[in-house]
Amino acid sequence: MPALNGASLAAHIRRSTIVTSKRANVGHIGSCLSVADIIAALYGGVVRGEPAEYDRDRFVLSKGHAALALYAALNGVGRLSDADLATFCDDGSELNTHPAHTVAGVDFSTGSLGHGLSIGAGAALAARLQGSSRRVFVLVSDAECNEGAVWEAVMFAAHHRLGNLIAIIDANGQQALGLTTDILDLAPLRRRWEAFGWDASDVDGHDVEAIATILDRTDTRSGPPRVLVARTVFGKGVSFMEGQLAWHYLPLSDHDYERALAEIG
Amino acid sequence: MRREFVDALVGAATEDDRIVLLTGDLGFNALEPFAERFPERFFNVGVAEQNMLGISVGLAEAGFIPYVYSIATFATMRPYEFIRNGPVLHELPIRIVGMGGGLDYGHNGVTHYAVEDIALMRAQPDLTIIAPADGGQTRAALAAAGDLRRPIYVRLERDDTAVPGLGGRFGLGRVVQLGVGLDVLLVAVGSVAHEAVAATELLARDGIEATVAIVSSFNPSPVDDLADLLARIPAVLTIEAHYLDGGLGSFVAEVIAEHRLDCRLVRCGVRRMPRRGGGGRAHLLGDHGLSAQQLAATATRALSFVA
Repeated sequence: MPALNGASLAAHIRRSTIVTSKRANVGHIGSCLSVADIIAALYGGVVRGEPAEYDRDRFVLSKGHAALALYAALNGVGRLSDADLATFCDDGSELNTHPAHTVAGVDFSTGSLGHGLSIGAGAALAARLQGSSRRVFVLVSDAECNEGAVWEAVMFAAHHRLGNLIAIIDANGQQALGLTTDILDLAPLRRRWEAFGWDASDVDGHDVEAIATILDRTDTRSGPPRVLVARTVFGKGVSFMEGQLAWHYLPLSDHDYERALAEIG
Repeated sequence: MRREFVDALVGAATEDDRIVLLTGDLGFNALEPFAERFPERFFNVGVAEQNMLGISVGLAEAGFIPYVYSIATFATMRPYEFIRNGPVLHELPIRIVGMGGGLDYGHNGVTHYAVEDIALMRAQPDLTIIAPADGGQTRAALAAAGDLRRPIYVRLERDDTAVPGLGGRFGLGRVVQLGVGLDVLLVAVGSVAHEAVAATELLARDGIEATVAIVSSFNPSPVDDLADLLARIPAVLTIEAHYLDGGLGSFVAEVIAEHRLDCRLVRCGVRRMPRRGGGGRAHLLGDHGLSAQQLAATATRALSFVA
């Protein structure tokens, strides 16, 4: 299979998410669909370098529960074999619902919210100290910004003007037990990051080309750190999952599996 | 210990440009020699210990050897999950340096007492703990362990006086043995080794011959050295400025049980949260039965049960 990119990679991530989660009988499907286009933009050409290259760009999936979307992307660009992807959640497999750095192509293990931006800030500082032009991308969830540690990292990165650090917020407005507006309101999310010294912009989180364009034209050698507030729909692409909290948890029944596949194509 | 630590770190950083030092806005009158010598490798990250640990992971993955510094309580407890999922999970050579192990911060009160740090850190099998008893041992420990490809927690204390007879010896996963008495064994961790040594002198006046074993590392822990001593000596006191559970006392109990030894164990340490009554080092050690006189009396009592 040739390496996919853009919309074709996003479609591959969605289809793999449905097929692979069904096979493993696990949930977190809505989150994976939410970030499919963001991860497609990143792995469809933005994130540079092969996993074995020391000076590759780094990626931190701070919302680790969307690991299946990352594995599907690695599969779509030829870095993770079909056979390996098929071991997802098998006994003894390294491919679990949260990512492990022991998997080739995964830079950092995550799974506990609020850790990833700090790690990314350290990785960006390391690149600066080493005089490298490599960049660090961190995908956080909006609800993850409930964690105080996120804001510790936000302040640090702004103070040190880590222009090579780019955060992308999967702003789907959903969190584990309801809506962010009901549980711990984050609004105005973009302005909060701006107030902390970041260069912030809004983007349609399902427009792969738009995301890639913004990320590609980012000047990473100077200026403040950047954040993209990617406005997304939880469960995007499967009508009966969109905005439905249950799909944070549920695995697919046979009936829903057929419906989801039919919609995704 | 802190002065020896910083001196040793400056020396190591002169040889190895991968070493960077991060502090959570602490270390006044201590870290300046490093900060002035290597300003480009010194980062005060602010009062943000979780972030400091996260940053260290990003740095270490790229090949740096980060030392992260704070008061022992703040260095270990606040960012505990960051330590577990960061340096430990990723197997990175990050050095977490905690100042003020035990009751060291006397007048500052209980928020500053690190009396469970060894227990917390020891629960992570892939994290090495170094808890020197004095400055000379601090220097030796840094030299011996500085290149380990795994994370390390370094537990420092304020006390700067040398433990008599220790002579700057340190062996990773070993004890340093002082004396050869076969009546009672005093096992100590940290600067309270001073009190253990002083207790042996009091015991000697009563004709009781004691040996002191100083434990200054866990994971690897000195299992073999201790098992050997505990098999030959009928009673042991564990001595630590730390809660009884999870630290040195628990460790020695495990060695006795797992080696099916007959040695009688008395654990000396902090038995309750010291909510009331701060004070200086001597006062606090006395509060918790850790003065030389109290240790000698406890050892004498323990021997009365051994027959």
